[in-house]
Amino acid sequence: MVAAIVFWGLAVVAVAAGVAVFVVDSMARATYALAVSFIAVGALIILLQQSYLGVITILMMVMEMAVMAVYMVMFMGMNPALMPMDMTHGKKTAIGASTGVFVLLASGALLIPWPERRGVPPEDLTNALGLEIMGEKMLVMAVVGPVMVATIVAGVVLAAGRTRYDRLGDDLRRRPADDPQPGGIGR
Amino acid sequence: MPETVLTTVPAGWAALAGIVLCTLAFFAAALDSALSARAEGAGRGGWLAPAWSTARLLRQRRRTVVAADTLLLRVGAAGMLVGSFLMVAVIPLGRWTLADLDVGVVWFNTVDVMVWALVWLAGWGANSVHGLVGGYRFLAHGLAYELPLMFALVAPAIAAGSLRVGDAAGAQDRLWFVVWMPVAFVIFLVGVTGFSVWGPFAAALGADVAGGVLAELSGVDRLVMQAGRYAFLAAGAAFSVPLFLGGGAGPFLPEWAWVAVKTVAVLAVLVWLRRKLPVFRPDRFLEIGWVVLLPAAVAQDLVVSLVVVWKG
Repeated sequence: MVAAIVFWGLAVVAVAAGVAVFVVDSMARATYALAVSFIAVGALIILLQQSYLGVITILMMVMEMAVMAVYMVMFMGMNPALMPMDMTHGKKTAIGASTGVFVLLASGALLIPWPERRGVPPEDLTNALGLEIMGEKMLVMAVVGPVMVATIVAGVVLAAGRTRYDRLGDDLRRRPADDPQPGGIGR
Repeated sequence: MPETVLTTVPAGWAALAGIVLCTLAFFAAALDSALSARAEGAGRGGWLAPAWSTARLLRQRRRTVVAADTLLLRVGAAGMLVGSFLMVAVIPLGRWTLADLDVGVVWFNTVDVMVWALVWLAGWGANSVHGLVGGYRFLAHGLAYELPLMFALVAPAIAAGSLRVGDAAGAQDRLWFVVWMPVAFVIFLVGVTGFSVWGPFAAALGADVAGGVLAELSGVDRLVMQAGRYAFLAAGAAFSVPLFLGGGAGPFLPEWAWVAVKTVAVLAVLVWLRRKLPVFRPDRFLEIGWVVLLPAAVAQDLVVSLVVVWKG
């Protein structure tokens, strides 16, 4: 009973905050409305006894929104950070598409014959879920991790305007390096 | 791994935990103003100064700027105080704890990440250039201290084989973690100072930007934001006790008393250090965080992992 009330309360908060993202007229409010929505979803995951996944979802999303707010304010045209703005555009297509997807998913959730529970939940749910998702693919995932990091580093290197020759001179011998932004350890 | 028996107390005891936290926060503020008074040659006074400024801020009328986003401003300011309460919920006081969460360490980390949002919101909501500059300064500091802090939190968790705070305290019955993971301990304290916007990390509130995030805060808003900073400092100091300083272990005194003594000691050191260290410039500290602290924390994790594997 209590769990049901908490579930519905959190679900309403998650959806209402999600709607608020497109209603409010301020970029900061939109960003943090999304953060509130994610926090409610994280709490819902905790309610499913997946404490680790729930707490980590809240951690990641709050951190992400804090950084995203900076970039949104920095990069968006028409400086919507300083004047009232509208988060929506292409309204007819967007409303059509989102209504269609919602009807599809909701009818699927309501009409599908849900399976009966077999057996009992394992002792450590997070561990069991991790094994179920990863399981034998752990080696693949362990390899993909470094590849992803390498991709990020390579992307930044390719995107950066300055190369090591700009920093260290044509013979790479200039010390200290010529940086537009001085660092804290005097390199 | 040794099993720790923690008693989860009824939720009503949260009020006592809150009172203890407020007392610690007041102690930190009083100690700081006493040290200030002594440094300025004003003698032994200053211990009660925080009480007077609390009274003054409580009856001060709020002022506001045109087009301030009051909602975000108040969420940011009040959130600091609320966040510190959420943090102490998982810290065991000797044998008792409010919430024996199986992911207590991650909970602590999540609450400290909330500060990123709160300080920026308080800076943004004021609709003042000083507040905004302060908010951005804090995020820049956050980028530098947060990842080293996360990896520093990993070390005791690996050694204890658990994310439960009580297990970390229980795993130190022979040797305190601070002895064989000192790097993680120091980086943890750097992180605590960071998310408390304290001392070297107070650039967000710097006098050079007219008080930064605090510039436009007045009355109760200013009170809860400042109290929240001290409360976060106290909560962070208290969290270092089960994580690195053996929890309630110690001779003669009962366990809860040892937790209190150790917390006060760490808190006093953090407060005292404010006067000894310069404010870190956010742009410079970013490199220190990523080139010095982060590799040091990862190396510490590696050492701890090797020791754990070697000992079986």
